[in-house]
Amino acid sequence: MEKKALKSGEFLVRDTLPEDIFIPEEFNEEQRMIASTCRDFLETEVFPVLDRIDQQEKGLMPSLLKKAGELGLLGISVPEEYEGFGQDFVTTMLSSEVMGAGFSFSVAFSAHTGIGTCPLLYYGSDELRRKYIPKMVTGELLTAYCLTEPGAGSDANAGKTSATLSEDGKHYILNGQKMWITNGGFADLLTVFAKIDNDRCLSAFLVDAHSPGVVRNPEEHKMGIKGSSTVQLFFNDVKVPVENLIGERGGGYRIALNILHMGRIKLGANVLGASRTAINESIRYANERKQFGQLISSFGAIQHKLAEQAVRHFVTESSVYRVSRNIDDAINELVQDGLDKARATIEGIARYNIEAAFLKVFSSEALDYIVDEAVQIFGGMGYSSETLVEKSYRDSRINRIFEGTNEINRLLVTDLTLKHSKKGEYDLFTPANELLNDLLSVEYPVFEGMTYDEQKKQVVRNFKKAVLLVAGAASSFFERKLPFEQEIMNNLADMIMETYAAESAVLRVQKLAAMKGEENTGIYRDILDVFMHHAAFIMLKNGTDALQSFAEGNRLKEMEEALRRLTHTAPVNVKEARRRIASRLIEDNSYRL
Amino acid sequence: MKIAVCLSHVPDTTTRIRFVDNNTQLDTNGVQWIINPWDELALTRALEIKEASAGRVEKVTVVHVGRTEADPTLRKAMAIGADSAIRVDADPADAFSVASQLAAAFRQYPFDLIFCGIESSDYNNSAVGGMLAELLSVTSVSAVSGIEPAGEGWLLCRDIDGGVEKIYAESPMVAIVQKGIAREPRIPSMRGIMMAKQKPLQVVPAVEVNPLTEYLGFETPAPKPPCRKLDPDQVKELAELLHKEAKVI
Repeated sequence: MEKKALKSGEFLVRDTLPEDIFIPEEFNEEQRMIASTCRDFLETEVFPVLDRIDQQEKGLMPSLLKKAGELGLLGISVPEEYEGFGQDFVTTMLSSEVMGAGFSFSVAFSAHTGIGTCPLLYYGSDELRRKYIPKMVTGELLTAYCLTEPGAGSDANAGKTSATLSEDGKHYILNGQKMWITNGGFADLLTVFAKIDNDRCLSAFLVDAHSPGVVRNPEEHKMGIKGSSTVQLFFNDVKVPVENLIGERGGGYRIALNILHMGRIKLGANVLGASRTAINESIRYANERKQFGQLISSFGAIQHKLAEQAVRHFVTESSVYRVSRNIDDAINELVQDGLDKARATIEGIARYNIEAAFLKVFSSEALDYIVDEAVQIFGGMGYSSETLVEKSYRDSRINRIFEGTNEINRLLVTDLTLKHSKKGEYDLFTPANELLNDLLSVEYPVFEGMTYDEQKKQVVRNFKKAVLLVAGAASSFFERKLPFEQEIMNNLADMIMETYAAESAVLRVQKLAAMKGEENTGIYRDILDVFMHHAAFIMLKNGTDALQSFAEGNRLKEMEEALRRLTHTAPVNVKEARRRIASRLIEDNSYRL
Repeated sequence: MKIAVCLSHVPDTTTRIRFVDNNTQLDTNGVQWIINPWDELALTRALEIKEASAGRVEKVTVVHVGRTEADPTLRKAMAIGADSAIRVDADPADAFSVASQLAAAFRQYPFDLIFCGIESSDYNNSAVGGMLAELLSVTSVSAVSGIEPAGEGWLLCRDIDGGVEKIYAESPMVAIVQKGIAREPRIPSMRGIMMAKQKPLQVVPAVEVNPLTEYLGFETPAPKPPCRKLDPDQVKELAELLHKEAKVI
């Protein structure tokens, strides 16, 4: 049977059909009901106490997590054999999206259900899983993930926390320090990464946070997500039963990386919930605030901002759910190959490590843009702590830092894309070399006579060629030293993620046209036009930055000319398109696309 | 003992209302549908009574008059905890036709206690509950804000000016309830959502009913005229405007 799923990064050299992607308009009734339960939970339990959460009222966050547990929300993705609800990855992402609107609560929720529960769920022994996972699902036991140390942030494997086997061989003795531990102030169980007897690689341990020798520092004072617990933890001769080793000795680094892939992709969903709130607040305020005798939503400058917020949200959403379905397909394939569901899930996610990395970057930067403009739309009021957008603005910032900084993730995107190609997962270099050997044959696209869909498909194909051009030229110039040219690696990462986002949005709009009829897709085409126009400039800017960093003379001129042609889009009146998008938002008084 | 809760499927209260077909029909495009808030609270109370009844109440059923688009709303009610759902397959043309369809269904499937919300947040006719009781020839009590089982019947509370009225009524009866009937609606749990798939949603054919009324059209309120601003020293003008134009003094 031909496998439909794309490999990670393969989109650069393979076309995808609209019918092969999942779009948010296809959520089924049950998925919508789960989303509505998450929304109702936030509205009744979390939103009324946002200030108390931010003041870190003692016991409040754990009690909210336990209430979420009573509704089953902590076990949405946990397999039924561990008393969870066995939902697929798309549904997990949808619930993460809705919960993402919960400010600090959403951070505690994600930390517990994601990085807190998942190392044990995906890599623990069956005995350990049966003992603890059901209690994590109800919220009886709350969890935290302890990887970062003072000297080991982005370089996670540099951690110094040590584990030594006790003389009787029954325990590991843990010593060390961990920092920035989300939920650390109240967690009952910790996944702690430490090196056994100076091993080269980390191992992972499930540690009872109430054990003697575990010391919790006071809460950190943070810029945002003030209600989420973040502490330093010290481990002073902490005894951990040997059976609490998660996975194999030395296997912790791989666990940490795979859990981070999962954290990154889920961050993409979380961000959507937060951005929806910021957009809705912006629209409502613009529809209430009057200046010069008019609602500010009637001004073009404000409409521009509302439309750009909506465009970024729509495109992020298209990309996040596209890869989510790919991951579900990969999980199902691994289950059919005989892997247990939990293990298949983490391996399925890890298969899309490139997309996870760039969607983390793309979505967190989209959110930062959206909350920044939300504050701007509110004007002076947006700077007041009385408004929700002030909190949105502060809370957004961490997303570019945690789960691997955006800098690390950008490097990872390009590095993995090139590595996968070198390993033969797909072949970037043959088409890249063909293109580079025949640059003069690259022509400006002729859009006249093409349908709307054909035009957009052509632009996406050209974007992919633009990536191949720059990646191919940089690889042949720098060879093995390319990874050390971090600026160029970053340029390429931006081009790769912009191309994926553009393709995802094009495919979604095509699928919507098939579902709703072309006459009902005007607003979506406006969104697509505005985004493609923006993306083309990002592609050109990054490509030019990269090429001018190493190429010279005629060769540079030829490559720049080809890049200009490959990033050319048909002219669109983007001002009018943005106005139409804004009118729709203003009329609905919320983002309902 | 069996309890039924009549359930309306209404647009979310934040919906932007638009009309089509010459302002005779609601434009349902993009509308989010919810359980009528009064009915949702009635369902909560019904479930509380069942849970406290030590098995005396064997089931709670939600009953709706409408087409298949209401099925998700009925399944949500089952996710909240209703044991089964009945949908009478008819267009809810007016209060009388809805009451008649419900009455026909209840003659076929009798219940000891029938809850109706005092109104629905779409048309707010506040008529179905009373009509239903009359068509079934059973007792009805309106504006109920509290209900407890008492012997073979029910002890009901009604809020009246400055106090509470207590009433006893025998089964079968229709309780037409106010919002105070339960503290807050329940959120469907994950387990409830999973179980809702297994619970029966029975579709019963409509009976022949001629509606008594017909919607001729809807008018949206005229846009508010702009505010008039007066300077602080224009007290005389203010008094004159309030007297002659606004006619409030």
